[in-house]
This record gives sequence, C-alpha cells and structure tokens, in this order.
Amino acid sequence: MAKYTYPQSQDLQNFVNARYRTAWVWQLVFLSALLIAILSLSALLLNVADGAFGYVVYEFKKDPATVSETPLAELTQPQLLALLQENLSKGAYTKLDKESPMEKRSRDELYNLLIERVIQIKIEKTYNLFDSLLHADVIRAEVAEKYPDATLEFRSWLTPAFLTTPMSSKAEFAGVRTALLGSLWLVAIAVALALPVGVGAAIYLQEYARKSFINNIIQTNINNLAGVPSIVYGMLGLAIFVRAMEAFTSGAIFGVTDSNGRTVLSAGLTMGILVLPLVIINAQEAIKAVPDSIRQAAFGVGATRWQTVWHHVLPSAMPGILTGSILAMSRAVGETAPLIIVGASTFISIDPASPFSKFTALPIQVYQWTARAQAEFHNIAAAAILVLLALLLTLNATAIFLRNRLQKRF
Amino acid sequence: MQPETPQYAIETRDLSIFYGAFEAVKGVNLNIEKGKITAIIGPSGCGKSTLLRAFNRMNDFVPTSRVKGEILLHGVNLYGKEIDPVEVRRRLGMVFQKPNPFPKSIYENIAWGARINGFRGNMDELVEESLRGAALWDEVKDKLKQSAYALSGGQQQRLCIARTIAIQPEIILMDEPASALDPISTLRIEELMQELKKNYTILIVTHNMQQAARVSDYTAMMMLYEDTRSGTVIEFDKTDVIFTRPTDKRTEDYVTGRFG
Repeated sequence: MAKYTYPQSQDLQNFVNARYRTAWVWQLVFLSALLIAILSLSALLLNVADGAFGYVVYEFKKDPATVSETPLAELTQPQLLALLQENLSKGAYTKLDKESPMEKRSRDELYNLLIERVIQIKIEKTYNLFDSLLHADVIRAEVAEKYPDATLEFRSWLTPAFLTTPMSSKAEFAGVRTALLGSLWLVAIAVALALPVGVGAAIYLQEYARKSFINNIIQTNINNLAGVPSIVYGMLGLAIFVRAMEAFTSGAIFGVTDSNGRTVLSAGLTMGILVLPLVIINAQEAIKAVPDSIRQAAFGVGATRWQTVWHHVLPSAMPGILTGSILAMSRAVGETAPLIIVGASTFISIDPASPFSKFTALPIQVYQWTARAQAEFHNIAAAAILVLLALLLTLNATAIFLRNRLQKRF
Repeated sequence: MQPETPQYAIETRDLSIFYGAFEAVKGVNLNIEKGKITAIIGPSGCGKSTLLRAFNRMNDFVPTSRVKGEILLHGVNLYGKEIDPVEVRRRLGMVFQKPNPFPKSIYENIAWGARINGFRGNMDELVEESLRGAALWDEVKDKLKQSAYALSGGQQQRLCIARTIAIQPEIILMDEPASALDPISTLRIEELMQELKKNYTILIVTHNMQQAARVSDYTAMMMLYEDTRSGTVIEFDKTDVIFTRPTDKRTEDYVTGRFG
C-alpha cells in the first residue's frame, strides 16, 4: 500500500463538489456584503432626497388680489417697485434701499421681495417626497379639509435661487450662498496649508531621514494623529489660531480692524492641521511606491538626492499624492465639530470676502437647520446636504481630472 | 621584446566593505587595466555586486555600509574626505542588472543626465552620438519623443548604456547587464561592449561564465572565506589563463562547473 493516498473516483468527485460548495458559500457572503453596502448608500441618498422634494402647503397672509389687480407673476419691474414703495413702511424701504439701490434691482429680486415682505408666505405644512408620491390623494383631501384657503404645490427645495441667496430667518427664502462660499474658502486654505507641508514632510521622512529611534516615534505619532477625533483639532485651533495668533488670523497686523480671531482663516488653518497627517501618510505611500531602480538610475548618472527627488520621485508619486489630497479635501469639506469650536457663525448673510471674514460652512448650516423645530427647515437642510454632496463630487472630479492630466503615460 | 607597462584605470588597495559589523568583502587588491574589459565572476552571494558598487560609491546608500582601504582613480582615493560621491558617479557610469530607464521620453533619458551635470553644447548632437555609441540610433531615431518604456528589454538596456556614455565617464560599471535579457539581446550587448572598450574601461559582474570568457580581457575570481563568510578575490589574471590554466584549485572547479 502506498504511504500517501489521495481521493479516487467517487471519493474524488464528492471531494471536489464539497470544495465547490464552500467556494459558493463564500462567494455568497461577499456578494451580500456588497449588497449591504449598496443598500446603505442608497438608503442615505433616498433619505436626503425624501426631504429635499415634496408637497408644500402655504397661505398668503395678504391676499395677492388686494395688493395688485393683475396677477403678480405678470408685473413688470417698475410696477413691482411702485407696489413695494406703497406697501412697505418708509423705514423698511429706506433700509432695503441702503443695502442695494431698489431701482437697480432686477425684476426677480423685487418679485421675491414683494412675496417675502408684503404678501408674506406662511408655510402650513410640508410633505416628504415619498408621501407626496404615494399618498397624493390623501394629502389633497387633508389639505382641502384643514387649510381651505391654502395652495398645495409640489416643489423642489433645491432651486438655483437656493444656491445664490444668503441665509434668511424664513426657510422659504433661505439659501446656502454664504455657507457654500465659506466651505470653498475653508477647503482652499486647508489644502494650501496641508499639501505643501504634508508633501514636504513626507519627502523628508521617505527620502532623507535615516532609520532611527526618534524617526520611528515621529512616524508612529503621525499615524496616530490621523485617528485623533476632529473635536480635539477644534480645541487646538481655538487655542492656537483663534486665541494665540489672533493678531494674525483676525487680520489685525494687516490693518483689518473689525474682526476677531474667529475667521475663515482660523478655521481653514485648523482644517489644514486636521488633514495634515492624512496628506503625509498618503504622500509617503505614494513615494514609497516609486521603484528604487529609478532612484538608482538617477544617482548612477551623478544626480544629487534633490535632483533625484525633484525630477523623478515626485513626478512618479504625484498621482498618488493627489489621491491623498482628494481624501483630505473631502474630509475638510465634511467636518463640522472643529468648526463649531473654532466659532463658525450660525446666522450670517454676508459673503466671506477675505480670509479675515466671519464665515459659516455647509455642514454647520445643515446642523443648524436640522436643529430647528419648523419642518420646512428640515427640508432645506436636506437640500443643503445635496449641495454638500454635489460640492464633494465636484471637488473630487476636479482633482481626479488634474491627476489624470499630470499622469503622463510613460 | 619589452613587456609594455600596463596603464591602470583604477586600482584597489586592501579594499574591505562592511555592512555593520559584517565584512562582506575583504582585502581586495585589483589593478584594472585601461581600455580593457575586466569581468568579476564567482558564486552567488560572494560580494561581486557589493565590490562593483563600491567603485562608484553606490553602497553609500546602504546606511550601515562602510569601507576600509582605498580605491584609486589616477592615484586619488575615491573614499577620501574631500571627494564628493556625486562627482565619482559621473566619472564611473553604471549599468544595472534590470534595465531601468527613466519614465520619460527616449530623448530625455539621455538629455537629463547630461543636463544635471552641466552639459553645455548641442543636446541633439549628444543624444544622437550617445545612441549611435550604444548601437540604438537606427532603431529609435524616428521615435525619440516616445516613452522609453515602449522599447524592448534589450533596447532599454542599450538606452541605459547610451545614457551612461552621454555623461562621458572614464569607466563603465556593468552589474550583470544581460541577465534579464534574451540570448539575441545579450549578444548585441556583448558586441556593443567590444565597441565601447575602444573608449572606455569596462568592469562587468556576471554569473555567466561563457559570457566572461567571451567578452573579457581580464577576470577576477571571487569566493567566500569558509569561516567568516566574507568574499574576496582569490585569483585575478588574463581571462584565458583563468579559464584554461588557473593556479587556484577552487577557480578550476568553478570554471569547469565542478564547484559546490
């Protein structure tokens, strides 16, 4: 008898079948994992969409017919101007005129103003998307019974005007302009700090630093810093950028007088520090992935280490470095906690014009609006989330486009 | 007939190379004759590549490495305190085991080394001359702007040789330059070496004894000390002497395939 045996004929067949069964079970496990992931992501998107669209019931406090005989939508700019002058108190009109001359405002602006200040829309009730789609009849009946004078309208809370109008105390007229600009400022400042510093540190650690005890400690700490809760970075930003460096972050040393340390610059720098470990680690990985043979080739023709790094290592690592900065940007756009600590303004309608401006950001706005009691604020919060997601996608797409452009096919 | 006094391109004096406390190569004395091809042969792990890389100070990149003894180029010790390794590497060009062109165009592969070394002159001319020198010009003259990675392995290796001669070194170090290539590409590299030795001194490490016998004028046989596991040159002579009537029994065993 042979010392070693393997299954034969029928045994072999059974054995092979058993192996296929095992493989099939595992394949099923992996497939369900993927399905769970897809389901949760779809649920997230649907949940947001559910809030951002749907029926809304509103009433006019003042009947439009008593204000003007022609339907409001058909009025021209001078007619609207006259109506506003007629119906607004003198003080209110002068104040508006001071903000921006009334005669120069466009027809649409005046129209919105008329609706907001004179007619005064009152939102009675809002419905979510799925209710609106599935139970339209029930909703109509309910509205006809409870609010006989009200208008029922299917609307998207995400409109072009939502992007271009600043904050307002009425959900109907609020927009994310200020928050969107604030978020863009934040990302720009954060990347401007984190990218050069992070890539520089990564180059030093990978190409220059020798293996030593101290370097090991530094490396370990960088890895750990990437996992520090963001609120801790908020505390750091508050202590350093808002307080200790107030003269700089408020712009006082540049002659800005009407500001304190709670500026978009402080917040952007805090975000920069927050994403720095992420940028360093990703850049290190990218530099590590550059084959050593390229370095040897460069040294072999008499290049210095700097020439080797600048001409060969960095260009080869650039796609990977950019991927890291994409992740960093996404993180900076989405973080909320540090901004609250550093002092984002919660109600602000002036665009951030310089690094020394007060600011708000999209996640702050979402957080604010979801905390409100009125249902319509939850709807515009959902719309703001859509804007946030779109911003993320745009930033990522831009970075990926840049990366592919830089990635020469050699 | 008076024997001609040989002219030495480079010499080593009691050269020992350490990695940390380990002495990888011990007490090597070689006089490399100018305008000749010298092969370094020996079993795996006996320190051939380490020795070769000591010549252009590539071992400096191994953090624990250290050298005792001297390597003399025109009587100047390359490991002297005032010597800059960057300058050494320009005077001793190196061709590596695996073809390693830069991820750039064919033209840039040659121009880059020249440019960083302060080349002043007609770059197009230099590129053409170097490519002709490496017997590659006819194959690539119409696609200089294309990626070097589009070339075959053998062409890439000849491009690396062209890149090396573009910076006009005195000595070319070759670390098993044909071991990753097919026989035809290998043959072309060997023919090229015969051309190159008219202008350059060549030091080549090879595993392939037939190759050493075919191309080299001199051969250094390396072997490990049994006790310390340090490599050293046990015999250094004209190639035909090493391969036909070596004095050392171990050399004879190795070149006839009876080793180990």
